[in-house]
Amino acid sequence: MVGVLQKLSVAWRLGRQAVFRPVVQAGWQHVRNSSHFTYYPDTVPESHDETQRLNLFQAINNALDLALATDDSAVIFGEDVGFGGVFRCTIGLQDKFGKDRVFNTPLCEQGIAGFAIGSAVGGATTIAEMQFADYIFPAFDQIVNEAAKYRYRSGNLFNCGKLTIRAPCGAVGHGGLYHSQSPEAYFSHTPGLKVVVPRGPIKAKGLLLSCIRDDNPCIFLEPKVLYRSAVEMVPTSDYTYPLSSADILLEGEDITLLGWGTQVHVLREVAELAREQLNVSCEVIDLVTILPWDQQTVCNSVKKTGRLIVAHEAPVTSGFGAEIAAAVQSECFLHLEAPVERVCGFDTPFPHIFEPFYLPDKWRCLSAVKKMMNY
Amino acid sequence: MKMLTNILSSVLRPRGAAGQRALAPFMTAVRGAGGNSTTEATFETRPYKLHRLEEPPLPSTTCTRDDALLYYRQMQIIRRLESASGNLYKEKAIRGFCHLYSGQEAICVGIRAALRSEDSVITAYRDHGWAYVMGCSVVGVMAELTGRSQGVARGKGGSMHMYAKNFFGGNGIVGAQVPVGAGVALANKYLGRKAICVSLYGDGAANQGQLFEAYNMAKLMNLPAVFICENNGYGMGTSVDRASASINYYTRGDYVPGIWIDGMDVLSVREALRYSIDYCTTGGPSGNGRGPLVLEVATYRYHGHSMSDPGTSYRTRDEIQEVRQTRDPYNALQGTYCWRRLGHCGGA
Repeated sequence: MVGVLQKLSVAWRLGRQAVFRPVVQAGWQHVRNSSHFTYYPDTVPESHDETQRLNLFQAINNALDLALATDDSAVIFGEDVGFGGVFRCTIGLQDKFGKDRVFNTPLCEQGIAGFAIGSAVGGATTIAEMQFADYIFPAFDQIVNEAAKYRYRSGNLFNCGKLTIRAPCGAVGHGGLYHSQSPEAYFSHTPGLKVVVPRGPIKAKGLLLSCIRDDNPCIFLEPKVLYRSAVEMVPTSDYTYPLSSADILLEGEDITLLGWGTQVHVLREVAELAREQLNVSCEVIDLVTILPWDQQTVCNSVKKTGRLIVAHEAPVTSGFGAEIAAAVQSECFLHLEAPVERVCGFDTPFPHIFEPFYLPDKWRCLSAVKKMMNY
Repeated sequence: MKMLTNILSSVLRPRGAAGQRALAPFMTAVRGAGGNSTTEATFETRPYKLHRLEEPPLPSTTCTRDDALLYYRQMQIIRRLESASGNLYKEKAIRGFCHLYSGQEAICVGIRAALRSEDSVITAYRDHGWAYVMGCSVVGVMAELTGRSQGVARGKGGSMHMYAKNFFGGNGIVGAQVPVGAGVALANKYLGRKAICVSLYGDGAANQGQLFEAYNMAKLMNLPAVFICENNGYGMGTSVDRASASINYYTRGDYVPGIWIDGMDVLSVREALRYSIDYCTTGGPSGNGRGPLVLEVATYRYHGHSMSDPGTSYRTRDEIQEVRQTRDPYNALQGTYCWRRLGHCGGA
């Protein structure tokens, strides 16, 4: 087990990206934002080891490389992982570690999941990839009924701890119904699993290594829109982060903003806007692990600020925000100045052309902040 | 709207000199010129391969001039539609995903030629050609692709989700449409419609477990379901031999009889579907059909899997060119028709 980073210091944004950049095509009238968020990179303390500039898919690639190098039993498989994967997360790994350790499967998610569970139960550290989180549903039965319950039902005689399933998730600007979903809530409803969503390369590398080495089946959901756009100076060493530990990215007094993955960056911008426009001090928390979630950190924060907004891309009804809201109102009722607010995707399939309206962007979140401060 | 009209006319307008030359025989025939053209001719179908069937589809079929013109026009429109879609995608007017059907036109045109109005179709995401032959207008398809409200799904579905009467889409999740198609066949049977449901999928989807569940239920319940594998040789970037232990997709139904068809010949496809309709709606224990069939239509796609795939990293340009030159669906149609003097070919 290699050293764990104690804290991250948060840097200024490396150059402001223009978020509203009208894309005017010849003859076309529509104006489309290039992305709904601005990326806020993390940094590591100067004293730390050597770092290299990596984006999210490169950091994940690095983590997988280390996993295979340090564990002889580790294998990676999924659709098209051999040549590097559709998002290049597995690039170079087949050449380096061989076709018996990094290989393609046919197009069969249920088969991939079952195969991965068997492989993990049999003793190999298994990292299976679902090409998109939207395709994970044929595998849902295997994950929920087999992987999650293996240890319990066998009285700890067998377990599926060596399993990690990786899947790209979340809105990407043009994904439509089947390349944009965030299914974390479905899996959060299954005791026996761990569900983790990183916000950037530094966290992703450490969290993925933790998931791979964790003794429980883990689902690692990677926000696909960050694969290229999230760039940080990532330590080259082998490091892990503890799971189930939320990160307070910005300390504040008036209101807590809670999210995960891409949404964390939206909330960082909302915090700035709230300070500039409303003179409101926001505390921004990245939940990091959806299941089991760090209730302690969140509740401590809410007890301090008295207000909570949970924001996620997944539809609002029974999204993970619902669980957080229920738990927080139960734990922190007397500390609340306003009801817990959820700013989420609407209760529709993820839209194609209406995506800019659907996402919980900074304006919707800022509007919620305003409403709660005036409650 | 003006942009759409421009695109529409570029799709429907004959393309350059080659296009004019290609269409010339038919234009002449339509004008009734020339004493040595006929209105109907007989053609041999391409050889079929059978699995658990004794009788093949007919070795020859007749085609009228009007039908030939219709098939040719439909295939040309689909080819142009796909080219226009590709260009619009590059201009970012179409966003999201766009899977082009160029090269596979003979399948949807041939199948549609055999289907009756009561028959249903369901397919995967390579559905622009299907949307067109099942009744969506070119404007409707292009408006859907560009997310306009005049689109066939009101702009809400996009490329992968086009629908029409008896055309159940347009489905994004690979293989998911096959059990749904079996279900439509069940509804047809249950409601006494004497109609079949054609469920199309690709060689990549052929390895999905839910297909085998669909085959089993269809066979068990004797459903009028025709499962058709459009085998274009590649599942995204993976060739068939690297994905499937058995690449004889027409036999993968095991206990379900199957037929292999050359999918580049529109008349062979049409004939095989006529056979399938007869098989699924007549004979059998109750006289209402002999159960499902699994068809494999061998075809080729010229473009990559989708617009994000150049289509040349897993196959050579020579291979694509070779198919374009020797097996292209509408060149084949034009060649045989001229030879049979269905149209006055002059010196072409």
